[in-house]
Amino acid sequence: MRELLELLEHDARRSVNELAAILHRSEYEVEKQIEQLEKDKIILNYNTLINWEKFGDNTVTSIIEVNLMPQREVGFDAIAERIYRFDEVRTVYLMSGSFDLLVIIEGKSLQEVANFVATRLATIDGVTATRSHFMLKPYKKDGVIINDKERDHRLVVSP
Amino acid sequence: MTDWKSRISPSVNAIAPSGIRKFFDIAAEMEDVISLGVGEPDFVTPWSIRESCVYGLEQGYTAYTANRGLLTLRQEIAALQKRLYDTTYDPAREILVTVGVSEALDLAMRAILAPGDEILIPEPCYVSYQACATLAGGIPVSVPTRLENEFRITPAELEAHLTTKTKALLIGYPNNPTGAVMGRKELSAIAEFAEKYDLIVISDEIYGDLTYGDEAHVCFSSLPKMRERTILLNGFSKAYAMTGWRIGYACGNPVIISAMTKIHQYTMLCAPVTAQIAAIEALRHGEKYMKKMVAEYDRRRLFIYDGFSNLGLACFEPKGAFYIFPDISSTGFTCEEFAEKLLTSEHVALVPGNAFGKCGENHVRCSYATSIDKIAEALARIENFLKNHKK
Repeated sequence: MRELLELLEHDARRSVNELAAILHRSEYEVEKQIEQLEKDKIILNYNTLINWEKFGDNTVTSIIEVNLMPQREVGFDAIAERIYRFDEVRTVYLMSGSFDLLVIIEGKSLQEVANFVATRLATIDGVTATRSHFMLKPYKKDGVIINDKERDHRLVVSP
Repeated sequence: MTDWKSRISPSVNAIAPSGIRKFFDIAAEMEDVISLGVGEPDFVTPWSIRESCVYGLEQGYTAYTANRGLLTLRQEIAALQKRLYDTTYDPAREILVTVGVSEALDLAMRAILAPGDEILIPEPCYVSYQACATLAGGIPVSVPTRLENEFRITPAELEAHLTTKTKALLIGYPNNPTGAVMGRKELSAIAEFAEKYDLIVISDEIYGDLTYGDEAHVCFSSLPKMRERTILLNGFSKAYAMTGWRIGYACGNPVIISAMTKIHQYTMLCAPVTAQIAAIEALRHGEKYMKKMVAEYDRRRLFIYDGFSNLGLACFEPKGAFYIFPDISSTGFTCEEFAEKLLTSEHVALVPGNAFGKCGENHVRCSYATSIDKIAEALARIENFLKNHKK
């Protein structure tokens, strides 16, 4: 099961046929397992990692440290939910250390992101402070080096 | 005109150049060639190992090391042998760091073989075994293994080639080119044979870490009574994707290791210090990266085995290294014809089995040290080739 997940995490486009061969199992079995993993929400989604900068999009990414005042009964969860429901918010993590939530936001312009933080995020009840950092250049994303220059230097045939 | 060829030493003239490079020039010219002919990992050396070498250079590690290699590296090698196989080697006297296993192999042969001494070499095997024996003045004696026995060697097969001059036995499991492994039971039988006829055993275990399936690799020198008579050869090239670094080692009894060191100190002096530093890092922190690469080879192994089985080419499931060795005799081609026609018509490079010994004649060696996508494409091209070239 772990093996199947690792394969899919690395390349979600592998065919059931290929997966079955690699895992030494029947296609039917693999298909059933994937179905079950999807149903159990262990597989959440099949995303494609895209280099939008290269495509020419000038998306602005902001990493925001958020301080919260925890609430009775629900702690941080209720405020976190109010934040992560926004489409602009790509990622939300509860953190240890000097701030509570790490929020990653994407927008079309600096203005748009700044506006969102000022009018939507900072004004949520329980948010006591925010600190925004703007991303300048991505080098590596989700384990993938963005501009990997390493090539295969091997000879075509060797002993 | 001087006949320069006649000036070359007869022992060098007597050995044939490696057959493996035959199609190299044609393949190198092709744009879209998929190569299953590469005998080295497609991974680059893990970054932590590369980084430690760069750091070493910055710190000024550019001088000779001790002939036997950096003591720290030998200590790490000793600790590894102890941990994996519960075999104890003294880092000061029983371990020699060499320029790849290739040098260790050459040293071992030169250290033990006197003119006329015979050394048993099961085939198919790595291309340099026979040549090294010949250059050392010994006589390599080929012992063919069979597909039906999954290319494992048996005492009976060895016994059939035994003479009064037989001094040593050279085994290389997991095996290049067949992917064969020998389990504890089979190796124990070989150990008994070596004991009975008082043979020195050179065991090339460069692919030891690349063993798949339920049974772990068994180190020959860890078998009862074998430590004294075994020259254990291993290195970093395959498991740690460090082929170009050229770093290997030999472990054995102090008399043999001293003899090998004597040759080494006059011919090589020491292995490159940069590579030794990298090797220390590999042993200290590299295991998790190595395990990840091995897991990836394992997936490809099952994938390519499934592929060849579906193509109807007879082969057994390889349990080690990163090669599969299908029998192509059903196509009606010799292995060289098969390799050449496949390369020119479908642009897939592989190596004819006879490059590894006569008994490899009906086979081709396919390396799966390449991505699954490329393996899938190569299999599709081979399928196409088989369809178009029915004899």
